Amino acid sequence: MSSPLRRDDVAHVAKLARLTLSSAELDMFTEQLGQVLEHANDMSSLNLEGVKPTAHPFELLNVVRADEIRASLDRDEVLAMAPDAQDGRFAVPRIMGEAP
Amino acid sequence: MKSAAQTVADVASGASSANEELDRSLGAIRARNDELNVFLYVDEVGARRQADAVDEKVRRGEDPGVLAGVPIAIKDNLCQRGIPTTCSSRILEGWRPPYSATVIERLLAAGAVPVGKTNLDEFAMGSSTENSAFGPTKNPLDPTRVPGGSSGGSAASVAADMTPIALGSDTGGSIRQPAALCGVIGVKPTYGLVSRYGLIAFASSLDQIGPFAKDVRDAAILLEAIAGHDEMDSTSLPEPAPSLSAHVDDGVAGKRIGLVRDLVDGADDEVVDAVEGAAQVLRDAGATIVEMSIPEFRLGLSAYYILAPAEASSNLARYDGVRYGLRVDADDVTAMNEATRTAGFGDEVKRRIMLGTYALSAGYFDAYYGQALKVRTMMIDAFARAYRDVDLLLGATTPSVAFKLGSKVSDPMAMYLSDIFTIPTNLSGEAAVSVPFGTGEAGLPTAVQLLGPARSEARLFAAARILEIAEGR
Amino acid sequence: MTLPGEWEMVIGLEVHTELQTATKMFCGCANHFGSEPNTNVCPVCLGLPGSLPVLNERAVELAMAIGMALHCTIAPSTFHRKNYFYPDMPKDFQISQYDLPINKGGFLDLPDASRVSIERAHLEEDTGKSTHLGGTGRIHGAERSLVDYNRSGVPLVEIVSGPDIRSAAQARAYASELRGILIATGASDGRMEEGSMRIDANVSVRKAGEPFGTRCEIKNLNSLRSLVRAIDFEARRQIELIEGGGVVRQETRHWDENLGATSTMRTKEEAEDYRYFREPDLVDLAPDDAWQQRVRDGLPKMPAERRALLSARLTSSTEAQFDAVEVVIDLNLETYVHAALDAGVDPALALARAANELAGDIDNLGHLSSEGFCATLLMEQRGDLSATQAKTVLGEQLAHGGDPASIAASLGFERLSSESLEGTVATLIEQFPDEWARYREGDEKLAQFFIGQVMKVTKGQANGKLVVEQLQARR
Repeated sequence: MSSPLRRDDVAHVAKLARLTLSSAELDMFTEQLGQVLEHANDMSSLNLEGVKPTAHPFELLNVVRADEIRASLDRDEVLAMAPDAQDGRFAVPRIMGEAP
Repeated sequence: MKSAAQTVADVASGASSANEELDRSLGAIRARNDELNVFLYVDEVGARRQADAVDEKVRRGEDPGVLAGVPIAIKDNLCQRGIPTTCSSRILEGWRPPYSATVIERLLAAGAVPVGKTNLDEFAMGSSTENSAFGPTKNPLDPTRVPGGSSGGSAASVAADMTPIALGSDTGGSIRQPAALCGVIGVKPTYGLVSRYGLIAFASSLDQIGPFAKDVRDAAILLEAIAGHDEMDSTSLPEPAPSLSAHVDDGVAGKRIGLVRDLVDGADDEVVDAVEGAAQVLRDAGATIVEMSIPEFRLGLSAYYILAPAEASSNLARYDGVRYGLRVDADDVTAMNEATRTAGFGDEVKRRIMLGTYALSAGYFDAYYGQALKVRTMMIDAFARAYRDVDLLLGATTPSVAFKLGSKVSDPMAMYLSDIFTIPTNLSGEAAVSVPFGTGEAGLPTAVQLLGPARSEARLFAAARILEIAEGR
Repeated sequence: MTLPGEWEMVIGLEVHTELQTATKMFCGCANHFGSEPNTNVCPVCLGLPGSLPVLNERAVELAMAIGMALHCTIAPSTFHRKNYFYPDMPKDFQISQYDLPINKGGFLDLPDASRVSIERAHLEEDTGKSTHLGGTGRIHGAERSLVDYNRSGVPLVEIVSGPDIRSAAQARAYASELRGILIATGASDGRMEEGSMRIDANVSVRKAGEPFGTRCEIKNLNSLRSLVRAIDFEARRQIELIEGGGVVRQETRHWDENLGATSTMRTKEEAEDYRYFREPDLVDLAPDDAWQQRVRDGLPKMPAERRALLSARLTSSTEAQFDAVEVVIDLNLETYVHAALDAGVDPALALARAANELAGDIDNLGHLSSEGFCATLLMEQRGDLSATQAKTVLGEQLAHGGDPASIAASLGFERLSSESLEGTVATLIEQFPDEWARYREGDEKLAQFFIGQVMKVTKGQANGKLVVEQLQARR
């Protein structure tokens, strides 16, 4: 897996991550991210067949809370954070397309 | 500067007051903050109110708390109600959280006096505090050099005697590495020992809040005050805070300590010398030093630079211009999200978001993210094998003394290598301490790292204390 | 709808149900429909930086209850993040269960004895709600949108059926039976109009015996009527497409209730890359035997069993009684019916009064005890009250409560004395000699005629059965 990353790949992930890149930035990030992925390739040569993946450092189980109401935030304080608000709601420019 | 322990004693006895201690702290900040850029925000009003409350308790004969009147610096990725919290990012500029992190609540309850928010690498991504939207922090010991990162501001606050203690967060070494470069104690506690509620997430399965201090006892007192189960954090360990400060002088007699070649090899000679010197001091104090190799550690960097960006790419999705922080206007919401994120995030954050997005995306998940999760298991198993033989491990914290500002900032990979010795502990979720030990180039401090299994903080502090005594502190 | 030729539909349903917890899935904000916008929000459900989720115990228990009612295995499970940007989703990812759901592998038996397999029933969080300004008020053509996060983080269970459903009618029966189960477990109020139960349908067509065709997922089915219409429309669309030489594309389609048609929302190529990965802020879920048993012990009887218990007490199985049983089960009225049967009320009468009079005034049931219900029906059965009078008394009991005997007395509903009834019948026989003759010759239909006349004269106070007794005695 040498040179694991192409310019198109970076353009694709930038789109997924909602970032706009200039052409020069695309070049720069392609090279820099490529280096990190190349370094990461020392893992790909390992045979890890049968090794369990670890997502949490310690396996705690069944952490739950009682179904009891706690105070919510004050709406004025909540909407004061908003870049734009109207009628007690957060306002955004038009949404393109339904939620998936 | 006076230690936190001495400050508490003085405030409680009336020999000093929280307000006097606060004045001293604010004076030190005023004297050097313009030069060093340690604090992004100084909360004089809130600090004064808390100092008054502590002094009032003392006057009324009530218990003012285990950190009574101790000024403390807070890394600016910890939420404090009503206080600007930026993560050193344009994207959060001006945001005042409507709630406080659990650690802040516990500090206030313990009588500590948070004086302000310290600079960091944007969203804690970096090893030099140069990736801050609000300019780099300079190393108080040599302002032409970096303080390390990402908790560079908190490390510098303690090193510059602005506050006796500070809080940072450590995802891949972000407490230990700046502690080493600034010549102070830095502790990465066991994952789950300190609640993460209110810590703005970088990589959730790796992040842990921990103390900076001038000496081991202060670090132990601070950790005791903030540790213990929190019902707001599902990953918080179930037990109450352990007793730590009572064990600082337990020593290391009879302990077996592994000197790990893989945590030394590749470091500058002066750092290697420091580690070997520390080994000798521990041996003299009655510990048995066992030379060992844990080759799995060499894979840590690769696994970390997949796992941490992957989690970050998801954790940082919420900065979309809809609910808080920066918004750059555009015709539709998608364009607005893009314009906001493009303007609001710096290059290092963008790099890691894209790296993580790539590692999680269809077609690459198994090769990168999936493989890194398995390497994490190998790392945990390797630590477990080592701890069957020894009580603690010893190595370097970081390969060199504080490096020059600007020397690595254009080469991300070189910067990432600063974390090579600290990352394994984050992957295993276990505990580690960086202790200043020895002197290197230009009289700058070198440091060693002590590592232990989960919940071994008391043992680590006892060993760190032996090194501290040998250094004459 | 019958399909042309040998075509058959293959349908799988994904049903989302909001759980009736007091609080949201991961925080202590109230889970309440209809509050002022953005009043049930906190750092967690607003996705504020630094906030962390903690799982609601009750949501887990309701999810288990659903799984148990659907004969699923309760399995060790994990939570994942489903990553995509959308303004009503405050973290820009949804916490959901992915490869390891809490419930897997069950089934649901429908009243027509068909069985639909259940692939999984998993926990996830709901999103906020957007309203669209400008244009038509719909998302397309709007100038800006307003977001309310009260619904953000409300617990959901998504129940995924196997592709076992073969008609829109069966899909309806499945959704309706499932709704009954959700209500019975207390997991949901089943209110589709408030969005607390939402359905997506995967529809494909094939010729009998052939492998499955390409499926389309239809979104936005907010009533059982839309479900049926959308499936029928979509199946017909796919058949026409194929018969016209076209190919069905795998895609997500939107149902428009007003147009009565589905339209493309997103093709497979445009599908999001959700980058699922384990939610690092939550730990694994593995309810032990004791916890599972506690939930199992708390489970009420499910509709199928209740239906069977009630049906077993019927004396005949007419269509009308079958329908009445459905209504009684659906509206949870069987305590009344069983009490009436225990008291010796005729099953047909008990079912009819429950499925009509009680069902018609369901919000007022609090005023009516099962004893009160039985007492009225027994008075009717004894002939102390006519049918019309009994209905009036029941109506009065539902409206204001009270004892049926006193209500009847206050309304002047007194049983006609047998002497007075005899007199009335005798007068009518004289008045209608031809009809009487035909009745005597065995034309039973004329009994109804005389009952009608008696009712007219007595203003509905007579008991039909007693009239027939009188007629027969004089035959």
